[in-house]
Amino acid sequence: MDLQKSARKTAGSFAQVIPVLLGVLLFISLVNAAVPPEVYSGFFTGNPLIDPFLGALFGSVAGGNPITSYIIGGELLSIDISITAVTAFILSWVTVGLISLPAEMEILGKRFAIARNLFSFVFAIILALIVDYTLSLLGVTL
Amino acid sequence: MTGQKNKGGPGGQKRGGGKKPSKLSWGFLAVVIVIYIAVAFIDPVLAKKAFGIFSGILMQVVPVLVFVFFLLFLTDLFIKPEKIAKYLGSESGVTGWLVAIVAGIISSGPIYVWFPFLSEMREKGMKTGLAATFLYNRAVKVPLLPLMIYYFGFAFTVVLTVYMIVFSVAVGFLTGLVVETGDENA
Repeated sequence: MDLQKSARKTAGSFAQVIPVLLGVLLFISLVNAAVPPEVYSGFFTGNPLIDPFLGALFGSVAGGNPITSYIIGGELLSIDISITAVTAFILSWVTVGLISLPAEMEILGKRFAIARNLFSFVFAIILALIVDYTLSLLGVTL
Repeated sequence: MTGQKNKGGPGGQKRGGGKKPSKLSWGFLAVVIVIYIAVAFIDPVLAKKAFGIFSGILMQVVPVLVFVFFLLFLTDLFIKPEKIAKYLGSESGVTGWLVAIVAGIISSGPIYVWFPFLSEMREKGMKTGLAATFLYNRAVKVPLLPLMIYYFGFAFTVVLTVYMIVFSVAVGFLTGLVVETGDENA
């Protein structure tokens, strides 16, 4: 065991991560303050393919506590936005992070960060469609 | 060995794990601060509101961040690359996927606080795809399931959760494939 070596290495990681994390947090806060939840609803068209795409897009740009995404998702459902759009929105909210992408690229590598976020974005749309299909098979409506 | 192969980052890309902060890190923070200063001049109320949200999030993040760095310290101290290779390395098989899924589900806090930990684990030999699967499973928030049921119902919550876990393997597999293919071509 080498306590000093491990402590030094951890301190090094800390020093590398803190500036980029602070930047991400400040940026997320600014986006959340500038874009009120009701803004999202105006963009949906009712198209079964465009809406989940838009939902995934908004979820990717936004960020923060998932509770907020549930609340916005619930509001969107209550004004008849499709379940595919809402599912893609809440999924990409937690799996895709455009705002935290600089931090992810810096710490985990560019290729990893871009590939992971891209696949998570595409799967948010695919999964939203599959969830909708499964629920309709089960006879569940929201 | 995987651990040695990964040293210096995939495809020669720089990653965390005890390196000095890069100019990019400080540059990014500087750009965001400049944006805040500009917003404060244009719309002081918005800047104040944003800073209030920032303070709130920071208060939530700090305890998790302290925990993650303590975990990072313990990992560096006690967990040797051979152990990582066994349970999360390229030869870990189904066990590796299961460990990544469960660890992702039980981890708490925002996704970005786990980046340094995963960087360290990858340097010690963690399979790339498993890091992506871990991050995807962070979407499965067990303490928030009752709230999801409240908003979207039991059936939706169960169906979505099961699919998220299944698809996390697909995201991990594909991300790993892209990164490792890129490494081989580099």
